Amino acid sequence: MASEEMEQLVRREYKQGFVTDIESDTVPPGLDESVIAFISQKKEEPQWMLEWRLEAYRRWLDMTPPSWAHLDYPPIDYQAISYYSAPKKPEDRPQSLDEVDPKLLETYEKLGIPLHERAALAGVAVDAVFDSVSVTTTFKEKLHEAGVIFCSISEAIREYPELVRQYLGTVVPQSDNFFAALNSAVFTDGSFVYVPEGVTCPMELSTYFRINAANTGQFERTLIICDKQAQVSYLEGCTAPQRDENQLHAAVVELVALEDAYIKYSTVQNWYPGDEDGKGGIYNFVTKRGDCRGDRSRISWTQVETGSAITWKYPSCVLRGKESIGEFYSVAVTNGRQQADTGTKMIHIGENTRSTIISKGIAAGRSDQAYRGLVKIGSRAKGARNYTQCDSLLIGDQCGAHTFPYQEIGNSTATVEHEATTSKIADDQLFYCRARGIDEEDAVSMIVNGFCKDVFQELPMEFAVEAEALLNVTLEGSVG
Amino acid sequence: MLEVKDLHVTVEDKAILKGLNLTVNAGEVHAIMGPNGAGKSTLSAVIAGKDGYEVTQGTILFEGQDVLEMEIEERARAGLLLGFQYPIEIPGVKNIYLLKAALNAARAARGEGEIPAPEFMKLVREKSAQMKMDTSFLQRAVNEGFSGGEKKRNEILQMLVLQPKLAMLDEIDSGLDIDAMKVVAEGVNSLRSADRAILMVTHYQRLLNHIEPDRVHVLVDGRIAKSGDKDLALELEARGYDWVLEESVA
Repeated sequence: MASEEMEQLVRREYKQGFVTDIESDTVPPGLDESVIAFISQKKEEPQWMLEWRLEAYRRWLDMTPPSWAHLDYPPIDYQAISYYSAPKKPEDRPQSLDEVDPKLLETYEKLGIPLHERAALAGVAVDAVFDSVSVTTTFKEKLHEAGVIFCSISEAIREYPELVRQYLGTVVPQSDNFFAALNSAVFTDGSFVYVPEGVTCPMELSTYFRINAANTGQFERTLIICDKQAQVSYLEGCTAPQRDENQLHAAVVELVALEDAYIKYSTVQNWYPGDEDGKGGIYNFVTKRGDCRGDRSRISWTQVETGSAITWKYPSCVLRGKESIGEFYSVAVTNGRQQADTGTKMIHIGENTRSTIISKGIAAGRSDQAYRGLVKIGSRAKGARNYTQCDSLLIGDQCGAHTFPYQEIGNSTATVEHEATTSKIADDQLFYCRARGIDEEDAVSMIVNGFCKDVFQELPMEFAVEAEALLNVTLEGSVG
Repeated sequence: MLEVKDLHVTVEDKAILKGLNLTVNAGEVHAIMGPNGAGKSTLSAVIAGKDGYEVTQGTILFEGQDVLEMEIEERARAGLLLGFQYPIEIPGVKNIYLLKAALNAARAARGEGEIPAPEFMKLVREKSAQMKMDTSFLQRAVNEGFSGGEKKRNEILQMLVLQPKLAMLDEIDSGLDIDAMKVVAEGVNSLRSADRAILMVTHYQRLLNHIEPDRVHVLVDGRIAKSGDKDLALELEARGYDWVLEESVA
């Protein structure tokens, strides 16, 4: 398979450590202060940004990777990773769809991805693969009229330094955790959104439409700020399987909602999970946190996690403002050798804050997954309420699902409810459907989609349809 | 239409059916009665293909085809449909969605295309009305939060939509009040036709007042101990099962 050979080639080159001088577009593997300075310089960043990165790097040096997660993977050699490389040159990419792994193309077809987009997703060097230039232009004009800023984080650092400086790292501090610190030191890409006071963003924002989004960075940094009474819905990722020669991904997403603001953040994550033995899959270590800073603000995370060899991810809400609301809706699917440790944290600080957690885990094949959730009610959070429901569904008898709920209640007026179920995909349900003439694979997909309904209905319409198709593809061949 | 010959079935190494013979012809309605634990539900479960039942001997032919060689879904598509005693709940899956998937699966097996949406809606509305079910049931998750009677009516609704050749009804009368029983019985009676057969498993004679059988069989200790016409059911109602048992031992 062409792309696997390509990956092998890439890795071999890394092993040998090809030497590049500082003028070129790639740094050799390894991390030190000069590499960070190089990245900052490439991005034409101001001095304060470089210092911020270096501070993060120095903190990182004293940190150790977290070991509490229910995950099993070999130690990562951080000096073996190259921390900056410019987008691939056209001549280094597959020249046509003929050179792309036919299995990947088959999946695109099943997901119903339009032909011209398949090429772009597979990384084919075609000029103007998207006819997105015009789409993007109208898109930009509309946002500009509304006063919404939507650009890459690098552009924001150059064009809106005050905004970035005011908010960056205020939700996820540089030294929050090992991966966040690493990201703070070396991030190279990501999105920036600012919605001004009173504005409802006129369209759903998607990384998919952002120019230059084709080369998603290994260390993405996203910052979204919703000013008073503003609203935005943001979509991250897409359902198509994304391949990347970078095995380690450590993104940071920070959301800030001021008074009466509402941020809805939806993710469909479908990174390459690796081959049957889990080889070559992406390690996804993400820090996502939203800060309901203003009274009556609301942040809602919805995620559909189907890809990656390893997922370590806990989108969280800090409910600081009075009567603020945090929500977490999640579907995590693992098959083959995938491992996922995912969940959320709801930190209630303000009075009468409310949070809802609905987590649906589906494990098939020889995969293993864990839900890990923290509900913390601070001493001043009078009348805080949380409702948690987490259900796991097992397909077959070689997979595992685990639930680790943590509760820290510091105020006696709080109400915290927790419901959890684990069920094997019921043979009786399967028999019932099959005894109506529905074949086994369709029956499984029907039952699993039904199981996920509560979460899918939180997704924007288009995304929900894609998510269902994705679920079916992910679970293909998991029974029988 | 259905021919069961010398059927032996074990469940977890325990013999349940021990040489059962049964022939059901097109146009006939058969009732299987018998004491608890005689193997009544086992018979319909084995014909439908449920896991956990091991056929150690004997054959089941449906329109000349070897049923035991067919997958569960193939049997259903061929027209062998089981109405469940305890229909299962499937959260999040709409009733109407299951109906449509089942109907289209049967059509595909017959080489027909998918049913056009307007035609399907018309069919389903009509059959729902017949079962005195509000159309809101169609939009609810399969059997979720349905009362016992509603679940049973839903089973018959599926039969009316799917139009099986052989409808097997496992204790369709259990948990029904008189009014619901009438609706269910009317539904079943509307399925009666010269090219269709119905096989009912029941404990009670009262169902047979509403759905009149052509043949009544008494299943005792894994075998059909006695067969007769509808009068046999009345006799069982009056005398219980013990005399059949004694007769068959003797």
